[in-house]
Amino acid sequence: MAEEKKIDPIAGVETTGHEWDGIAELNNPLPRWWLWVFYACIAYSIGYMVVYPSIPLGDTYFSGTVGYSDRINVAKEIAAAKDAKKEYLDRIETSSLEAIRNDADLLSFSVVGGGAAFKENCVPCHGGGGVGGPGYPNLIDDDWLWGGDLEAIHETIVHGIRWDQDEDSRYSEMSAFGTDELLEPAQITEVTDYVLTLSGQEPTSAASAKAGATIFADNCASCHAVDGSGDREQGAPALNDQVWLYGSDFDSVRAQIHRPQHGVMPAWGGRLDEATIKMLTVYVHAQGGGE
Amino acid sequence: MIRNLKNKTKAVYAPADKAGAAAEKEKPAPLYAKQIKIHPKRVWGAFRKLKWVAMIALLSFYYIAPWFRWDRGPGIPDQALLIDISAQRAYFLWIEIWPQEVYYITGILILAALGLFLATALFGRVWCGFACPQTVWTDLYVWVERIIEGDRAARIRLDKAPYSKDKIFKRVIKHFIWLYIALLTGGAWIMYFVDAPTFINDLFFKGEITGNSLFFIGLFTVTTYLLAGFGREQVCTYMCPWPRIQGSMTDEDSMIVTYETWRGEPRAKPARDGDYSNRGHCIDCGNCVVVCPMGIDIRDGNQLECIGCGLCIDACDNIMEKLKLPKGLIAYDSVNRQIARSDGKAVKRKLVRPRTIFYAILLTLVTGVILYTFGTREHLEVNILKDRQPVFVTLKDGSIRNGYEVKILNKTQHLRSFLLNIEGLENPTMKLSGAIEQTRSIVIEVQPDDVKAVHVFVAVPRKELKSDKTEITFSFVEMDPGYSDGSLDILNELRENQKHQTTFNGPKK
Repeated sequence: MAEEKKIDPIAGVETTGHEWDGIAELNNPLPRWWLWVFYACIAYSIGYMVVYPSIPLGDTYFSGTVGYSDRINVAKEIAAAKDAKKEYLDRIETSSLEAIRNDADLLSFSVVGGGAAFKENCVPCHGGGGVGGPGYPNLIDDDWLWGGDLEAIHETIVHGIRWDQDEDSRYSEMSAFGTDELLEPAQITEVTDYVLTLSGQEPTSAASAKAGATIFADNCASCHAVDGSGDREQGAPALNDQVWLYGSDFDSVRAQIHRPQHGVMPAWGGRLDEATIKMLTVYVHAQGGGE
Repeated sequence: MIRNLKNKTKAVYAPADKAGAAAEKEKPAPLYAKQIKIHPKRVWGAFRKLKWVAMIALLSFYYIAPWFRWDRGPGIPDQALLIDISAQRAYFLWIEIWPQEVYYITGILILAALGLFLATALFGRVWCGFACPQTVWTDLYVWVERIIEGDRAARIRLDKAPYSKDKIFKRVIKHFIWLYIALLTGGAWIMYFVDAPTFINDLFFKGEITGNSLFFIGLFTVTTYLLAGFGREQVCTYMCPWPRIQGSMTDEDSMIVTYETWRGEPRAKPARDGDYSNRGHCIDCGNCVVVCPMGIDIRDGNQLECIGCGLCIDACDNIMEKLKLPKGLIAYDSVNRQIARSDGKAVKRKLVRPRTIFYAILLTLVTGVILYTFGTREHLEVNILKDRQPVFVTLKDGSIRNGYEVKILNKTQHLRSFLLNIEGLENPTMKLSGAIEQTRSIVIEVQPDDVKAVHVFVAVPRKELKSDKTEITFSFVEMDPGYSDGSLDILNELRENQKHQTTFNGPKK
């Protein structure tokens, strides 16, 4: 304050003394209404602190006079979303699978809802996008162990596969031709070679494959069919196509004959509600392999 | 140069200012200053007329525009100007803008900015003086004030007078009318976002109004009342950034409101003998000051507060006419011309200069770009997103299948169908998600004004794949939708075929 005031010669107004490249800042007074706005903001903030949650108090907080809570709001929004979905879910629950598939609205709702349920429940085994992996079937190709129409998919989801706790679970078991000594190791090699030829692959030797044909007819054809096309009634996989659950090379096929692996899928009936299972069914069916 | 002119002006006044400054020297400058109430005096003249015309035209447009109808067919709003927030569409006459096309709005905003630059470089702050809502509504409010309370002198008297029946009556009436105008302003604002007749019908005949509408009407009522009734010049001087920006838009050749210092000074009381040869033409009547809505003295030179409305020119011209002196002591002119004339030279107006040419070119370019993109705007938009998980699937017979999410936006008001084919693959087959049979091509139908999302599976025999990555093309051919009502010809013009590149993945060879 002791400094001498600098007056701008043009404006006749005192400057702040700050100068940049010869341009000085004028020290004009603020308009008074600006001050009022400032005070109003302070008053507003105090009111805000009273009305809304504001002050932390140890492990709790001052919750404000109107009881505003984001947590409660989110719960309300979720409840509202559930209510909004209810109409569709009710229709899905009472409609047949075929009717859902043929109704554009229900179909798109189910594909989205089923997709969400799929991510929550199925992805750990069947993989993101339903691509599966060794031992876990790919759900988006057109090869099905137990059938790929809506009813068959629904049945599989509800009762599972080889699931002890469900009497109606789908069940199949292939004999362990090696460990149970049903076939000699040489015979297993021969039948492996024959199986490779079913899907157009090269056997280790033509003679071996030829010898395997008889063994296949005697031991395997009852389930896998004479031409290797499998039997869905028994869950016997087709051996004459290009889709292999445990690998298509000689070693993988031989290992499966020697001591077969059997996958297990839990029954989802009871765990998931019927509408969700129906949506899952329609979703899986719509992934490209549905029959 | 502006500085120079100001210096000239100041040189005349400086003694008084300096004396004041010296007296102030002892006290620290105040931190806050009270708003000095401005009572603009009524004035007649060319600029006042222009202001009336602009005000009537702009206010009429504002209040009437939402009521214009534009038939777009059944089920679509028929309001000529409508921003339908909930349906995510904006309608301008025959134009319908989707949210994806918000860049058109951006373009219009850029145009508006460039237009403002050019107008300011040419004619100073014409926007501020004639077209800005703040100016228009303030003008309207002052007009109401004058009708009720009288002109400047009467208003000042009323302000100073103690509260009486008469004063209270006048004040109540004034504020009531102000609030009413504000309410109409807020109400009209809503009309651009809802269907105007429906809104009025719901409000007055059913008594229904949404909380949202109520909030925005309230907001605009309060802001109009406060800003036009009380804020006025404070808004321009303290709140609006444009006065600061305009400094860099104008130059010595921009047409602005100027005072002919060389002719007006030294000012003195009117000459009784009518001889103005040895003195300035300014008689210091102060009319230019009292009519100014910003409360400034234009004789101090161009200044931040001046909105370029020209009312001081009207006021001064009226006086000059009475005194039989040449008009234009305060004139709409450029700084360069004023300086030249003070030396007795005449200089032509220089509207074409690098700055204005540059702004004009920019304006033309941006207009061109917008018109071009709008002219070639498609009424069909296709987005194709390839499935990444998995990139491909092997089928039983060894075929390779890829999946694609296809989104089709139909921006017309017709049902449209498209034949989808794949180019770039030998013997491809397709099906939509949920379908069972694979076919050579598929037909996709899209509802009017809608987005259709479908999942398309494309399969091809493995032997046909030459590599693990094949460039393919989705070809959409618009099909005859089979209209029988004669609208087929219109549709033919809009018929659009599109091709979109994407890739098809397969196993490594």
